[in-house]
Amino acid sequence: MHDLFAIVMLAGIYSLLSASLFLDLDAVDVAFTEASVGAGISTLLMLASLKLVGRHEKKKRYKPSLALGIVIVTGALLIYGTFDMPHFGSADAPVHNHVAPRYLNESMDEIGVPNIVTSVLASYRGFDTLGEVVVVFTAGIGVMSLLLVRRETKDIEKKKVPADMQQQIILRVVAKMMLPLILLFALYVQFHGDYGPGGGFQAGVIFAAGVILYTMLFGLTNARRIFKREILTLLTATGVLIYAGVGVACMLMGGNFLDYDVLRHDPVHGQHLGILLVELGVGITVASVMITLFFKFTWRTVKHKYTS
Amino acid sequence: MEIIIDTISWILLLSGSFFCLTGAAGLLRFPDFFTRIHAASITDTLGASCILIGLMLQAGWTLIFAKLMIILLFSLLAGTTASHAMAKAALKSGMKPQFLHTNDK
Repeated sequence: MHDLFAIVMLAGIYSLLSASLFLDLDAVDVAFTEASVGAGISTLLMLASLKLVGRHEKKKRYKPSLALGIVIVTGALLIYGTFDMPHFGSADAPVHNHVAPRYLNESMDEIGVPNIVTSVLASYRGFDTLGEVVVVFTAGIGVMSLLLVRRETKDIEKKKVPADMQQQIILRVVAKMMLPLILLFALYVQFHGDYGPGGGFQAGVIFAAGVILYTMLFGLTNARRIFKREILTLLTATGVLIYAGVGVACMLMGGNFLDYDVLRHDPVHGQHLGILLVELGVGITVASVMITLFFKFTWRTVKHKYTS
Repeated sequence: MEIIIDTISWILLLSGSFFCLTGAAGLLRFPDFFTRIHAASITDTLGASCILIGLMLQAGWTLIFAKLMIILLFSLLAGTTASHAMAKAALKSGMKPQFLHTNDK
């Protein structure tokens, strides 16, 4: 297939289907993440970059048969590896015997958060999640340094750039009705993550999707008025800083890194506070990185349009 | 009373599923883009509304009712607007409805 647009759409559909698969397996948090990140924001970002690089694939200068061969061999090896794995759903698989029983049985007493996924993600496995946030942060920094802002871009930024969809009245009216709801829903997902499915990653992505919708319909110049580059850069770092800062605060108060028990007199209250702050950090970083990525891609497109 | 609500709810659920199926059939069988998005948008307006209202009747006056209501409003707004945007984009990129050509002959 040479039409990249169709490939992006197929990837989005694939993500949505796997989200429903996860929902069927009762992994609501994973399904939520897959739907918002896989089907939502990554499709959007890929479309934004497609606008930059063009819709059709360039002619291949190499033979893809070698790559295909490697992929087939690796795939066969991976499938061969699965023969050693315990059977699907088998009760004595190591996954169900190692730490999972402790998480399931003790979570309510130790963490006191009804959604066990959140307690595993933000507290038991807080260090892993810190790593994930740093990955998002690094990706944001990578794009920022690859698509550096030059002098001429700054000149264009001062001009008023009208949105491509300035004339779409119906879209603008409906978007105006839905935007507050989308942003509110993002905040709900953020702060209700302890009790229901959701959390920082999903909330950040939904918030960013709302901002991107606004940008597409009302123009970059308007969006830039609220989300200035300096503020976004600052927020990107602030999220990681909040997360790691909570960890350091725990150490200063006499516990281990990211051991929230010591934050308050009561360990359960300390866990609540720690999880809330950590999820907030995740949400801030994810939202600002996603918005930055979209802005960067769109500025490139605008720049091409104005210079050529 | 229970039976009446159940009957109405099942009628709505079944007709919603029927509309979804006809939408899918239309999406595959209709001749050109505009008739196809007509069929596709039936699934997420009429089909989804019928199913959601049927489920709302099953839920009764609970929080689930309110949540389904919000989903219904959102899908009505978003689905119709998306169909409109697609039709407009197709028209803008130079796609003509097919029946115009057949009528010319």
